[in-house]
Parts: sequence; structure tokens; C-alpha cells
Amino acid sequence: MNRINKKMQEGKKLLSIYFTAGYPDIEDTMPTLEALQENGVDMVEIGLPFSDPLADGPTIQESSTHALKNGMTTAKLFEQLKDVRKTIDIPLIIMGYFNPVLQYGIEDFCAKCKEIGIDGMILPDLPLAEYELHYKDIFEKNDLKFIFLITPQTSDERIRQIDQASDSFIYMVSTASTTGATSGFSNVQRDYFERIASLNLKNPQIVGFGIKDSETFITATKNAKGAIIGSAFIKHITEHGVEKIDDFVSKIR
Amino acid sequence: MNYNVNEKGYYGDFGGAYIPEMLYPNVEELRQNYLKIMQEADFQKEFHELLREYVGRPTPLYYAKRFSEKYGTKVYLKREDLCHTGAHKVNNTIGQILMAQRLGKKRIIAETGAGQHGVATATVCALMGLECIVYMGAIDIKRQAPNVARMKMLGAKVIPAESGSKTLKDATNEAIRDWISNPTDTHYIIGSVVGPHPYPDMVARFQSVISTEVKKQLQEKENRDTPDYVVACVGGGSNAAGLYYHYLDNPKVGIIAVEAAGKGIDSGESAATSALGKEGIIHGSKTLLMQTPDGQITEPYSISAGLDYPGVGPMHAHLFRSKRGEFISVTDADAMQAGLELSKLEGIIPAIETAHALAIFKDRKFKKDDVVVVNLSGRGDKDLNTYIEYFDLA
Ligand SMILES: Cc1ncc(COP(=O)(O)O)c(C=O)c1O
Repeated sequence: MNRINKKMQEGKKLLSIYFTAGYPDIEDTMPTLEALQENGVDMVEIGLPFSDPLADGPTIQESSTHALKNGMTTAKLFEQLKDVRKTIDIPLIIMGYFNPVLQYGIEDFCAKCKEIGIDGMILPDLPLAEYELHYKDIFEKNDLKFIFLITPQTSDERIRQIDQASDSFIYMVSTASTTGATSGFSNVQRDYFERIASLNLKNPQIVGFGIKDSETFITATKNAKGAIIGSAFIKHITEHGVEKIDDFVSKIR
Repeated sequence: MNYNVNEKGYYGDFGGAYIPEMLYPNVEELRQNYLKIMQEADFQKEFHELLREYVGRPTPLYYAKRFSEKYGTKVYLKREDLCHTGAHKVNNTIGQILMAQRLGKKRIIAETGAGQHGVATATVCALMGLECIVYMGAIDIKRQAPNVARMKMLGAKVIPAESGSKTLKDATNEAIRDWISNPTDTHYIIGSVVGPHPYPDMVARFQSVISTEVKKQLQEKENRDTPDYVVACVGGGSNAAGLYYHYLDNPKVGIIAVEAAGKGIDSGESAATSALGKEGIIHGSKTLLMQTPDGQITEPYSISAGLDYPGVGPMHAHLFRSKRGEFISVTDADAMQAGLELSKLEGIIPAIETAHALAIFKDRKFKKDDVVVVNLSGRGDKDLNTYIEYFDLA
């Protein structure tokens, strides 16, 4: 069974962390992964940096620009992750934008992910219709779970379509914003979280965007299976480096 | 072969809607409604009334006698420079502001490079009393100060894009991020035939008024409604799409697209997307774009801010790949000379974008009785500083 699906069966609320590969230092990818696993993080999204990250706010934009300046490339990431499964056994998801994947060659990219032991992919700019029309078979052949996003504006009907097309979890974007929103959660989000819970979807939901501390983690996971922290974690390693990851993770739950 | 959009939103291999889920409700709302709204009698009436009374259409199709004599062929100039605000861009913003009103939107956002589209958007927002926010690269704000002042005078808020390379592509990214964060009350007026379906098709339809008028005007002047060639500069491709529109499927009409070579195709400082680009995704569309082998979008260069875009609309990508269009690239130096030449021969100072289209006659020869229509997409007022510095005119 795919590691993501196995993880979803565990009884607890899941903490997932996003970080940008090759940031702050190009060789930080593996040490970051190791520290995250050691500190009990349940799942990781490895960000493949892109020059034009449309769905990201300033924090992740800057970390991506920085990683690219460091010399990060798709080939370099695969090289860094070559032996990842010797030490890391939590689920790993690559999160990025579609263009770098297309340039690498989508068949080659997916095959390489399988070889390394990547479990899933999040590509926000590859939407459901285009995925099903052109690419679904390639992902499935390589046992890569393709993870779709939903937002507070997504209609129930479309959420059901996305639920049907998914086989791991649904990435629930908490607010209408790019990544890194800091406003906290209001009643609008709480209503949205409850509305989704009441749909009784077949896939569990993991909440992302705007989770930054213990309080937002608890609110987000009241109904959902888990939550993803991205920008707040990037800010932490920007200030404290990858050596102090335990400080950050231990404060979340 | 078909050169217009198909029902799935593709031009051949290009197009589609590669957008994050956050944009889906807005883009889908537009996709489901744009054709229906555009066909409504009251929309058509208001659109054409505004084009006539406010923009000043139809624009003349002017036979450029001295320019024609010099190049030994018959050159007509479609005078989009005479549109209110000084370029073709306003045809699209008039259409889209009416669309936004009918979709119940209260807040308008736009991106701009040279500032022409920003000015055209600020203008129609003033006309309709709608809030207007224009994203513009921090570098372009410095290069195009007069247009920034015009937008402010028209009541728009100009927000500098400080991300990435701080030019048009980054302004577009920022506009898209704004739309993600304002998902219900906002309409995004894209300035060219780029972006996710249905934008390329919608913008091309609004600009197709150019082609409609050319047909009628040629009939009067030449006793036939088809020229031998249609020529236009291509940044994103909207003035070109507008001129080509009714001739796309007529193989007797040669289509010529002129891109900015900057300092030369191989100089590393160029914006000639068809020559230098590869298939990929930019701003929600599958098309040709300039990028590294690793799929990072690269920064183009052209002396004209309006052609300084690393991609091209999906219609043009398809015209290129299918060989329906002939693609020519023109350097900064040749464009500047052509701009000066038209000024002296015809008394018309063109925008530097437009000057690229005029520069092809130096090397691309036409037959004596060929009828060649060039889209004179904009006037050169906004570029006076660049002309002055380049030719040391002060
Ligand atoms: C006068 C003029 N012509 C052409 C362009 C290029 O845009 P497009 O290719 O969409 O016509 C611009 C863009 O700013 C412009 O101002």
C-alpha cells in the first residue's frame, strides 16, 4: 500500500510540513527531511522551486528564488533524494508547478519519483480536467497519488468530483489567498471546515494555507485529518537555520 | 486545419486552462457566460456605441503612399493609434468592462507592461465608476513614468510588482495572486490574448473589430475584402489576433507576425518567443515560452516594453507550429529606424511596438501589386523619451 494511504489510517491528527528544496542552503534538503522525521512529523511536502509560483505568497516566493539562485534544479533534487528511502520512511510528496515537470518530461519525472520512493504529487496548476484528459495514466502507472486542492469557493458538486478522482487525501485550502496568510481563522473558516466535514467524503482532508502555530493547527484539525504548515516553517528556518527544527515542531502539538 | 479555438479551449496543441483551483470558480463563470453575454443584443449595442462615440471607431485604413512607393508595394495602415488612449488596447478593455458589469463585479484588476493596457483599463473604470487596481513591474514603473501618471490621474491605484524580475510577467503573477485572494467581487482584465481559456478567445473576439473594419474598408478602396498579407507586431498577440481574425481560415491571405529580437536572437537579450521558446505553461496557458532547460521562465528583453513578454498567446503558438503564420523578428535598432522613417515619410510617429511591424519591409519583399495591411497598433507619444535618447533629438 502507498505510504500516504497507510498514514491516513493512523488514529492521530497528522502534521505535515512543506519546505523548499535547496533552501536556505542547497545541501539542506536531506538534513531538513531527517530532522522533520526525527521530530515526529508525519508527512512532508518537498517544494520543487519555480520562477513564477502563482499560488504562493512572498515567503515561499522568496525561498524559491533563493533556492534557484543556489543552483537548485529538478535533476539536482533527484540526485539529493537518490538514497532517501535508506533513512526516511514517512510519506513524501513533491509539490511544485507544472512547467518544470513538463520540461523534465512527465513520463521520466514520474518514473524517477517511483524509483526514489516518492508517494504523491501536488501541482496546483494542473487542474482536474487537464489531469484526467492527458496525464492520469502516467501518475497511476507509477503509483504516484495526485492530490487535488479545494477552497472555500469550491462548489459541493465539484468537491464530489474531486473526491471521486482522488485516492489519498484532499488538500483543503483554508482561505481565499495565496500561501502564507497570517490573519488566523474566523467563523467563515470554521463554517467551511464543518461544511466539508458534513459531506462525508471518501478521502480524508488535510488543511493547508494559514496554519502557523498550535492554535491554528488545533482549529484546522478539529474536523480534518491533519494540517500542513509551509510559510511559518520557512520563516523559522530562515531565522534559525535547519539545526533548530525541533524548536518549531515541538511547539505545534 | 482550424486556426481558431476549439470547444475545449485549445488552438491545436496550445491553450487550455492550467490554473490553480482557487481561480476555478471565476474562470469557469467566465467560460460559461462569455459567449452568451457577448451575443446579447444589449451588450452588442452598448459595445459598438462606445467604440463609435468614445473610442472613435472605425479607425481609418490609410493608404501610405510615400511608404508604399519606397518599398514598391501597396501598404495600408490600420490606424489603431487614433483610438482614444492611443492604442488598440482599449477595444478589449471596453468589452471586458461591459462583461465585468454583467457578471456583477465591482472591482477591476489588471497587469500592465508599457502602461498602455493599464491606461486603457483605468480609462474604462473611470468611465463606469469602478474601482481599478493596476499591477506594474517596479522596473517598468520607472521606465514608463508618463503612463503611471495617467493611470493615477484616471483614479487607478498602481501597485508595483516587486517579485521576480519586476516586469510584465511579474505584474501578471501579482494580478493573478490578487484574484486568488479576491475570489468573488473582482474581474481580472487581461491585456492580451494570453492566460487561461476563455481569455485568449474573448480578447481576440473583442479585438476582431479591427479585422471586421478592414474587410469593409478594403472593399471600398480595392474592390475586394481580402488583402494579400496582414502584418502585426506580437507581444502577447492581441493587436495581431484582431487584424488576422477574419482571415485566419483564408489561405489566400498571408499572415505575418513580427516579434522583438531585442539585441539579436542569439544575443541573450531578446523577446522572440517563436524562435527561442519551447512548449510549456505560462499564466495558465499551454503555449510557447522562453525558459531554461529546467523549466524556469526567463526574462525577455526588448527596447519596447509592450513586446517584453516571455510568452505568446496560444493562437500564435499554433499559427507558428502549423506554419500558417510567417514569423519574423526585428531588432531594436531596425525597429527604431523604422519608427523614425514612418514619422518622416508619413507624418505618423508610431509606438515602438508598432515600429517592429514596419521594419520588415527592409528585407521582406512584396510584389508591386500586393495589398499589405499593417496594424498601426499605437502611437509613439509614450515612447518619446526613448526616441529622444536613442536618436539624440533633444
Ligand atoms: C502599441 C502597442 N502595440 C502592441 C503591443 C503588444 O501587445 P499585443 O501583442 O497584445 O498587441 C502593445 C502592448 O503594450 C502596445 O502598447
